[in-house]
Amino acid sequence: MKRKLPLAICFFMGISMMIQFFIPHPTSLNFGSMIYKWIIVLMAFALVLAIGNLIRHHGFKIQKGKEDWPYSIVTLTSMVAMAIIGLAWGIDPDSLYQSIYLNIMAPLGGTMFALLAYYMASAAYRAFRARSLEATLLLISAFVVMIGFMPFGQYIHPRFPAFAEWIMKVPNMASQRGILLGVAFGSIATALKIILGIERSWLGGKE
Amino acid sequence: MLILLIAVLYQCLPLPSCLLLSARSYRPPGEVTAIDKPNDSGSVIRLEWTLSPDDETIDGYTILRRTADDTVYTKVGSTIHGVAGFEDEKAQDGVQYQYVVAAIKNGEMVSSEPTAMVTSYPQLFHTGRINVLLCIAAFALTLLYFVFRARTGQNLFIRKIAGLAAVDEAVGRATEMGKPILYVPGLGDIDWTATIASMNILGEVAKKIALYDSALIVPNRWSVTYTVSKEVVKEAFVSEGSPEKFKEEYVRYVTEAQFGFAAAITGIMMREKPATNFFIGRFWAESLIMAETGAQTGAFQIAGTDSVLQLPFFVTACDYTLIGEELYAASAYLSREPLLLGSLKAQDYGKLVVLLILFGFTVISFFGIDLLPILRVQ
Repeated sequence: MKRKLPLAICFFMGISMMIQFFIPHPTSLNFGSMIYKWIIVLMAFALVLAIGNLIRHHGFKIQKGKEDWPYSIVTLTSMVAMAIIGLAWGIDPDSLYQSIYLNIMAPLGGTMFALLAYYMASAAYRAFRARSLEATLLLISAFVVMIGFMPFGQYIHPRFPAFAEWIMKVPNMASQRGILLGVAFGSIATALKIILGIERSWLGGKE
Repeated sequence: MLILLIAVLYQCLPLPSCLLLSARSYRPPGEVTAIDKPNDSGSVIRLEWTLSPDDETIDGYTILRRTADDTVYTKVGSTIHGVAGFEDEKAQDGVQYQYVVAAIKNGEMVSSEPTAMVTSYPQLFHTGRINVLLCIAAFALTLLYFVFRARTGQNLFIRKIAGLAAVDEAVGRATEMGKPILYVPGLGDIDWTATIASMNILGEVAKKIALYDSALIVPNRWSVTYTVSKEVVKEAFVSEGSPEKFKEEYVRYVTEAQFGFAAAITGIMMREKPATNFFIGRFWAESLIMAETGAQTGAFQIAGTDSVLQLPFFVTACDYTLIGEELYAASAYLSREPLLLGSLKAQDYGKLVVLLILFGFTVISFFGIDLLPILRVQ
């Protein structure tokens, strides 16, 4: 029963939403919007469980004095403070909540994003070491594309920018579309396998 | 004065039919047709007409309607000149309407002939999606065919996927080193198919972890993926007969902030030094931050994503990368269940058919025949 019930719910909901896609009748649309509302309700319940996990995990770290435990205090304090500020003074555009978010959270996110430039440099160094035929081809094509998209490229040869664009639009796009085709079939097959109960890894496997 | 009076009447009052058909220096639109809008949920009537021969000189068109019981037309909308269509979205299902379209200039109108009576109603099937239905039905039948073939015990050849063949090595390495395994199920919520595929792989990886007795860290960006991944890991431990080995701390909720999540993952890598990192699911710009940090800590890394833009980063920074469809094949490959392996065959045949269709359509297009509308989804 523990396995059959989730499988039955999954099958019923999967097939229902699939049928709903083909029926434009208001009853069908209302059913679809009702299911989306249920998803929001379920997400709210899941959020309670997730926050519980966060508090338990960091509380445990503080209690046991594990490595870098002061960071856990920062995490829990920030979470509680933001919740109180948001609930007490609202989340309007000119509220304290938004002010904290825009002046602390957003710059911190921007800082992490900026680090990407340095990671790209170190990854490029690793990728462009011509240790194999594939790496050599990668190095050459990257070099051509980079030079081609620079203003300097056209001084090397007037057709350099056009050649770089051709690499991006033809061989690069063709391989991307090949991958996307496989992804599309993989997505459909995964959805069908789960709806039909063929794929049960999410339930701990077959049985 | 007369123009002003007509303008006031036009703006404020339902217009009697007699006012609409007057002789002017400009001509009305022709061939006005009104039909129920196809493939909708009702309450919409679509009008089309041919432009007035004096379209360039008029201000626009006014659309008026009346019910079968009314004697006067009332305005339901207007368009600028050059537009030859309108959708009346205020129709009541089951009620009969008649429309006229009037050319308007300086507040004066010259109306078309009235349309036939028309009624809106909701449709029970979206005919514009028949192509999708047929494709899904054909693919589902192919899938079921190969699944039943696999059930009969027929051996199906599946090529070796290096990234998946290395999973045992990855888990074994972590066990030998006494270090945890980090499994990041992507940054997509549970409605991303890549996340669902990642959950299937997590189940198989967690079984091996239960078997090898290693530690596991599964950080989650979304509350729903947290609850799902927790259940998946727990069920995997139960199915391996080791429910007592499962620890609540294995699966963690972190944060919804994209770069906050990336910062947390890099922090885990630097502090806990996992021996093996899995990055399986949907990723965005943060992919390289995580994969490069993992490479710098010396971890063995297996990545898999259907995000074409992030694949080069993973290929560069990880030991193995599951590219696109390999992500969706992973669960079948790892579990070796015949039914799941059969579904991979269906995928391959599906791709073959699509390639043949693309090739055929390309050849036919050389003769000036465009078959692409057949594939268009409404």
